[in-house]
Amino acid sequence: MLAQAIFYALAALTVSSALMVAFSRNIVYSTFALLGAFMGVVGIYILLAADFVAMVQLLVYVGGILVLTIFAVMLTAGIADVTVSNRAVGTWSAIVTVGIAASVMLYAVMRTPWRQAASVTVLPTTYGIGNAFLGDYVLPFEVASLVLLAALIGAIVISRHEAKE
Amino acid sequence: MGGGITLDHFLVLSLVIFSLGLFTVLTRRNAIGILMGVELILNSANINYLAFAFYGGGKYDGQIFAIFVIMLAAAEAVAIYQNFKTIDVGATETLSG
Repeated sequence: MLAQAIFYALAALTVSSALMVAFSRNIVYSTFALLGAFMGVVGIYILLAADFVAMVQLLVYVGGILVLTIFAVMLTAGIADVTVSNRAVGTWSAIVTVGIAASVMLYAVMRTPWRQAASVTVLPTTYGIGNAFLGDYVLPFEVASLVLLAALIGAIVISRHEAKE
Repeated sequence: MGGGITLDHFLVLSLVIFSLGLFTVLTRRNAIGILMGVELILNSANINYLAFAFYGGGKYDGQIFAIFVIMLAAAEAVAIYQNFKTIDVGATETLSG
C-alpha cells in the first residue's frame, strides 16, 4: 500500500504541474510549474528502480534545461504582458484533437495484453548501463556526443552572430 | 512491484502527461511555450521506456533509450537560447517602430 500511496502522490504532483504548464495564462507560472512536473517524473523514475536515469533527469532537466528556460523567459522583454507572453489560440479544436488522440491511445493501452516478466528485479543499474554504453551501444553513444558537440558549436555561432550586428 | 501498481498505471500516467504536452504544443503561439510542451512529451515517452524496462524483466535497453532522449533534449536547449534572442530583437523593433 505504501508504494501505491507514493505512486498516486507523485502522479498528482506531476499531473497538476503539467496542467498548470498547459493552462496558465502567464508563462512565468508555466515555467515554474515545469519544475514540479520534472521533480514528479524524477520520483516516478525512482519508483521504477531506474536510479541512474533519475539522477540524469535531475541534473540535465532540472539543473540545465529548466534553468535555461527560466533565464530565457525572464530575460525576454515584455513577458509580463499576457497577450504577448502566453497567448493561446484554437483552444477548443486543440481539446477535440487531443481528446481523440488520447482516447485512441487509452483504448490501445487497455486492450493490449502486455507481455510482462514473471518477477521484477530491483538492483543498482549503474554498472549495467555503463557496460551497455561502452559495449552494445558504443556507436549511438559516440553519435550522441557528436550531436551535443554540434549543438555547442551552433550556440557559439548564433551568439557571435547576434553580437556582431 | 508490490502494492498493486501495474504497468497500466504508468502507461495511463504517461498518456495524461503526453496529452497535456500535445495540448500545450497545439495552443501556444510562443516558441518557449511550445518547447515546454515538447519537454512534457519527451518526459512521458521516457516514463513509457522505463516502465516497459522495469516490467519487462529489468534489461537495460529501455533505460539506455531514456538516457538518449534526455541527451537530445539537452541539445534542444540551444533552440530556446536562439528563441530568446529572436524575441528580444522583435521587442526592440516594436519599441523603435
